[in-house]
Amino acid sequence: MTAVDPVAAGRVTRPRLPITEVRWSTVLAPLGLGALVVLGWELLVDRAEIEPFILPAPSAIWEQVTANAGTITDGATVTGRNALIGMLAGAVVGVLGAAVAGTFRFVDQMAAPVVAALAVIPIVALAPVLYSMFGAAVNTGRIIVAGVSVAVPVYLNTLRGIRQVRAVHRDLMTAYAAKPLQVIRTVTLPTATPYVFTGLRVASSLAVIAALIAEYFGGPIGGLGKSITSSAASSNYPLAWAYVSGAIVLGLLFYVVTLLVELWFSRHHRPA
Amino acid sequence: MSTPAGMEPAISVTGVDRVFGKGRKQVVALQDVDLTVADGEFVSLIGPSGCGKSTLLRLVADLDTATSGDLRVFGKGVRQARLDQDYGIAFQQAGLLPWRTVAGNVELPLRLHGASAAMRKARVAELLDLVGLSDFAKSHPDQLSGGMQQRVAIARALAESPRLLLMDEPFGALDEITRERMQNELVRICAETGAAVLFVTHSIPEAVFLSDRVVVMSPRPGRITGIVDVRADGLVGAHDRTERARDEEGFFRAVAEVRSLLHGTPMPTLAAEGLEK
Ligand SMILES: Nc1ncnc2c1ncn2[C@@H]1O[C@H](COP(=O)(O)OP(=O)(O)OP(=O)(O)O)[C@@H](O)[C@H]1O
Ligand SMILES: [Mg+2]
Repeated sequence: MTAVDPVAAGRVTRPRLPITEVRWSTVLAPLGLGALVVLGWELLVDRAEIEPFILPAPSAIWEQVTANAGTITDGATVTGRNALIGMLAGAVVGVLGAAVAGTFRFVDQMAAPVVAALAVIPIVALAPVLYSMFGAAVNTGRIIVAGVSVAVPVYLNTLRGIRQVRAVHRDLMTAYAAKPLQVIRTVTLPTATPYVFTGLRVASSLAVIAALIAEYFGGPIGGLGKSITSSAASSNYPLAWAYVSGAIVLGLLFYVVTLLVELWFSRHHRPA
Repeated sequence: MSTPAGMEPAISVTGVDRVFGKGRKQVVALQDVDLTVADGEFVSLIGPSGCGKSTLLRLVADLDTATSGDLRVFGKGVRQARLDQDYGIAFQQAGLLPWRTVAGNVELPLRLHGASAAMRKARVAELLDLVGLSDFAKSHPDQLSGGMQQRVAIARALAESPRLLLMDEPFGALDEITRERMQNELVRICAETGAAVLFVTHSIPEAVFLSDRVVVMSPRPGRITGIVDVRADGLVGAHDRTERARDEEGFFRAVAEVRSLLHGTPMPTLAAEGLEK
């Protein structure tokens, strides 16, 4: 009766992450460069006899990392937890805010200057104020700092995504006499989804940075930021650097996870 | 509205104008257009680019508002007809939602209008069978060829068994072979559902093969220059047509008639002109 396309019938029908298309050279090249830099650093510190308080050798840092693996992991858990909660809350606020601003023009116009202001002021600068607001014994201030840093890029990206709804899709919804909430659910949010996750990927490192730096200004101990300041204060520079490495790994972890999530959610959004 | 059901024309357009912009930049997309599409009738709109075919279709679909004139769908105002979901629509671009599976796209109108899950499932299976895509229910649009995507869009337009189908160059992006196959399928689907169709196309043979009547339009300002009744040329009604209609004499006669209307020249002698294409 009806013919099925013979060519298309053989195609893969499972969704795939575009990550499978990444070539080895793109991963190996930066790794190689990193190794060279570490090697050069080690040689430089060794030959030029640089004092540890100026720049400790990678080997010395590594010694501290292995010796303090437990405390570094604990610190990363504390800081990571603040960053994660902040990121999730900030993402929710950003997406909801963008959904409202995308629906009502006047909200967008009212919010624009506020968002622009939030985008330029360093949010961490608010940390001391927040500590006095919520008390220095809790992590609330840090979570808020991380949350606000995330909410802004997520809001801006989501709003951009909402504006990408195709005219055909809008016509289709009108033709189906869909209600405003149905339009948002069926077309607007799915269109914006990849943009949301792009915003989230950009914001992920901000969340870690914000949660970390906020610790410099006080609050409960245990996080990586506090550990960095206290080991630097007691002149244990290799240990301070060991905590810094922990922070780098934590930031990378956030970045890679959000990147994978972003790739997953944009897998069907390749231009048709 | 006093006429019994089924007697109302599917579409009636009277004295419709559509003017875009104002002042010097004003574009008269449609001028004084009158058109009636009977219930169950297949009518094609053909004409050069920019003559207002899409505009007319969008007015009927209530996606745009006429500057003046009256449009009715099954005797109701177009807005009411849209709210009552009296028509199904397919655009030139398939317009599928890329994040939904083929099945998810086809069931979209049913879902929006609150059909139960069981009812949706049964209907989707039926529709995918109709367009020959049962094996692709779980695929995503980006895994389908252009022709297959278009078939999904047609299945979606048919989902709620509308008595009127509006189609804007649905086969425009397809190659000739797929196109003819889709035309055959469309004839079969229309015969099965008995729907009236308003069909926009750029192709004369396509218009003639599919239609009961072909409406020829001219641009600047967009207006109807003539209507060719294909049945009067000796072809059977659109619903009873088979592939063989493309080889019949009446087909070529109608093609020649449409072409001479499009070019604004008087009917040439048939034998020479008709066999060209
Ligand atoms: N939204 C709009 N704003 C301004 N002008 C418009 C708009 N839509 C259509 N037009 C104008 O109206 C005229 C008719 O457009 P329409 O899209 O209906 O043509 P068409 O017959 O469908 O052409 P094609 O075959 O190329 O699709 C064109 O001159 C176009 O520029
Ligand atoms: Mg058009």
